[in-house]
Amino acid sequence: MEELIQHLTPILKEVWGYIFPNEIELHWGILIVLYPYLTGLVAGAFILASLVKVFNVKELQPTYRLAMLTAMAFLIVAPLPLLGHLGHPEKSYEILITPNSASAMAMFGFVYAWYLMAVLCLEIWFEYRRDIILWAQKETGIKKWIHKIISLFSKDISEKAIHFDKKWVKIITIIGIPSAFLLHGYVGFIFGSIKANPWWSSVLMPIVFLFSAIVSGIAMVLILYMIITPIRGKELDIVCLDKLASYLFYAMIIDFSLEALDFIHRIYESEESINILAYLVSNKLFISLIVIQLFMGMLIPLAMISLIKIFKAPSDLKKMVYFISAILVQVGIFSTRWNIVIGGQLFSKSFRGLTVYKITFFGLEGFFASVVIFCLPFVLLYLLTKILPPWEEARNP
Amino acid sequence: MKKIWHKIPEQVKRLSVLLIVIVAVFIVANSLLTPKDFGLVGHYRAGSIQENADRELKYAGQEACADCHDDLWKLKNANYHKNLSCEVCHGPSINHTNDPDQFKPEIPRDRTFCVVCHEYNTSRPTGYPQIVSEAHNPRKICVTCHNPHNPTPPQAPKECSACHAEISSVKSVSSHMDIPCTKCHVTTEKHRLHPREFRPTKPVDREFCGQCHSQSAKADKFIPRINMVTHEPRYVCWQCHYPHLPEAQ
Amino acid sequence: MESNLKVIDKKVERRTFLKKIAILALAPIAFGLLGATDKLKTVKKWMLKNGYVPSNHKWGMGIDINKCIGCGRCAVACKNENNVPKVPFFFRTWVERYRIYENGEVQVESPNGSIDGFSNLSNSNRKLLRSFFVPKICNHCDNPPCVQVCPVGATFIGEDGVILVDSDYCVGCRYCIQACPYGARFLHPETHTAEKCTFCYHRIVQDKVPACVEVCPTQARVFGELTKKSSPLVRFLRMNKIGILKPSLNTEPKVYYANLDVEVK
Repeated sequence: MEELIQHLTPILKEVWGYIFPNEIELHWGILIVLYPYLTGLVAGAFILASLVKVFNVKELQPTYRLAMLTAMAFLIVAPLPLLGHLGHPEKSYEILITPNSASAMAMFGFVYAWYLMAVLCLEIWFEYRRDIILWAQKETGIKKWIHKIISLFSKDISEKAIHFDKKWVKIITIIGIPSAFLLHGYVGFIFGSIKANPWWSSVLMPIVFLFSAIVSGIAMVLILYMIITPIRGKELDIVCLDKLASYLFYAMIIDFSLEALDFIHRIYESEESINILAYLVSNKLFISLIVIQLFMGMLIPLAMISLIKIFKAPSDLKKMVYFISAILVQVGIFSTRWNIVIGGQLFSKSFRGLTVYKITFFGLEGFFASVVIFCLPFVLLYLLTKILPPWEEARNP
Repeated sequence: MKKIWHKIPEQVKRLSVLLIVIVAVFIVANSLLTPKDFGLVGHYRAGSIQENADRELKYAGQEACADCHDDLWKLKNANYHKNLSCEVCHGPSINHTNDPDQFKPEIPRDRTFCVVCHEYNTSRPTGYPQIVSEAHNPRKICVTCHNPHNPTPPQAPKECSACHAEISSVKSVSSHMDIPCTKCHVTTEKHRLHPREFRPTKPVDREFCGQCHSQSAKADKFIPRINMVTHEPRYVCWQCHYPHLPEAQ
Repeated sequence: MESNLKVIDKKVERRTFLKKIAILALAPIAFGLLGATDKLKTVKKWMLKNGYVPSNHKWGMGIDINKCIGCGRCAVACKNENNVPKVPFFFRTWVERYRIYENGEVQVESPNGSIDGFSNLSNSNRKLLRSFFVPKICNHCDNPPCVQVCPVGATFIGEDGVILVDSDYCVGCRYCIQACPYGARFLHPETHTAEKCTFCYHRIVQDKVPACVEVCPTQARVFGELTKKSSPLVRFLRMNKIGILKPSLNTEPKVYYANLDVEVK
């Protein structure tokens, strides 16, 4: 408690205008910024993967399994920031045993479980089953047993069984697309349904969340593919990269239009809250929203990719531009999450003042904890690629 | 039966076992972990109502004081502080009511205490008794002159400004500064002792102001005059001119 | 009176209708997933140990802004009564002072929730148009956004209309704090659970008024039953023009303000 008081006391002096006395403590910090960012990557990566199976986009085949594993790694880590920020993480099981059916947040357990178990795990299992069985036959020691357990000791690799697997991968992907929409649209709804907060309360919120998720997921797979392939000493598939970049470009156009629509709508309707929100955007959020989210994260990558497309650039230049764009997009989307989560708490619900967010460095809700949580999915992804190699050459003929 | 079992693909059988295990674990955990009183009244732990009701009292409530301090209670209730609960000044006293000898309630004697309510503040409702403590017997503690249980001032205030500080401070810099309050407000003696029960009068018509400001008025020449017939005849004067500061625009 | 009653009836009907639709839409999910948890239990009248039956009451509060002198005794008493940490970041009730100037400028403040008192100094060079104090408290909404969003059922509206927190069950997710339009909730720095005004539940079940009402020197706060004729609150509602905070959000507060100014949000 002493620590908290020491943290809050200087903030008292930095408050602009009037805020309710209970609003000095800002409740959802960087961990809650991380949560929609991570789930966004899951949904985005999955939707990218499903392009291969459902829409038969052959060019993206090299990234299919990688995208699935990426989604898995991020999904496993996604609930950690939520747990970390709870006042009582040890009571978190209550959300599963007595969920309040009126609460958007209570559905988390079910949406998450559905997506993890019914969609991702199953799809990966059916996709990899034949390979796992064959790997297990060749291997010895601990790896053999890991693969045996993962395959649930399944042995049937007859033509009929493999056909059954393929059929189900497709069915699950088809179920998976609305599920991915549900997972991230639902995260948007958690914010969009708070009528007390005019910065969040918007019917567009779930859709904006979804498309920014797709943008970030595609960009993340692109980054991972461009980093991992040279490390493995392989050639980058430029056709695949072009396709990835195209999808990134289209998703960004939709995302940009939606955000612009939201922005214009707010200004045009000019409700009670418009003055404080305008002040918020032009002051506290200027750098993170206008400069980073809009210019760096959206307009510059859009311009770069379209120039590359128009002028048919050489492939080395292309690769560099794609990579830089994808990194900028990541920064931009993280900034988007920041602007929504933190921005929505910087202004008072009295609409008369602004507070500040001072990030702490140590502790469960601090900066370092969030860096660790952000790095965890990459570690997990590394482990997953060891157990379930997503590379073409690892496939059994 | 056996035929159907054989027809089910191997994968499905294995996954079903896993699914059944997961569902069973969930159901068992659910029934073990859900509190027994959850959902008895609504979607919450019914026992929580009792827990909220079981918290400790700190304020006894003024009825409890009346049991022993009958005399003070009666005195207080007959005077200005009749709406005040004892614990406003004496602090939370449940301990005192439980064990009167060991726990004594606070008795604030400091000058800083009474002014929490009675210091002049521009935002306080008019007519509420306020003083400017810097000017109001600055060296004395309040209780030397005012009995807190019967705070009637030792002498009824002579000046209107004693209670109506805001108005008198505005009026003192206006062109009406030399007009006594009682010129416009007929104030009975009783208003000083029972301010809310006996209220002063207020002027009711234009002709009242016309006594000085009409063209035919027998007043000093420097007083501004208006034509009572043509000057905004549909309004009474104080709808536009604030009588305590008439020169304000 | 009769037409009034009808309007209320319709409102209730509409809400139950909306609920029915929601239930229909969610039924498959609800039965599939929650079926195991939500056992059908017989509804009986819940009674506390001292004989208090929540369903026999319906509590509310009236606040007369013209009577408030901004002394802050309510905020002090509340902190005493409810063990609220005595630092300027946590309040179950507080008092705001509004100063509205000739040019339309509005200054609002609440130094330490009113406990530190209000200074006459002003940093505006304009002339004061009007000024007043506004006590704030949990509105105990009949349509409470905080209860709606609580994921585990740790905050709830009792049958007597009081919004309570089950601090044993609260996981500390702070969604309710985000959902409250009035800033009436905070996270207790020691228990790490959500906290708010309970109308001093432990007092009202013993026929005592909440601490803030007990100590208010000018009776600016009136506490009582909303549905009983011989209640000071019902008289308050009859004698005054009443306003509520943020009516557009349809939270249906049970804290009623007399002489509420348009600038109060």
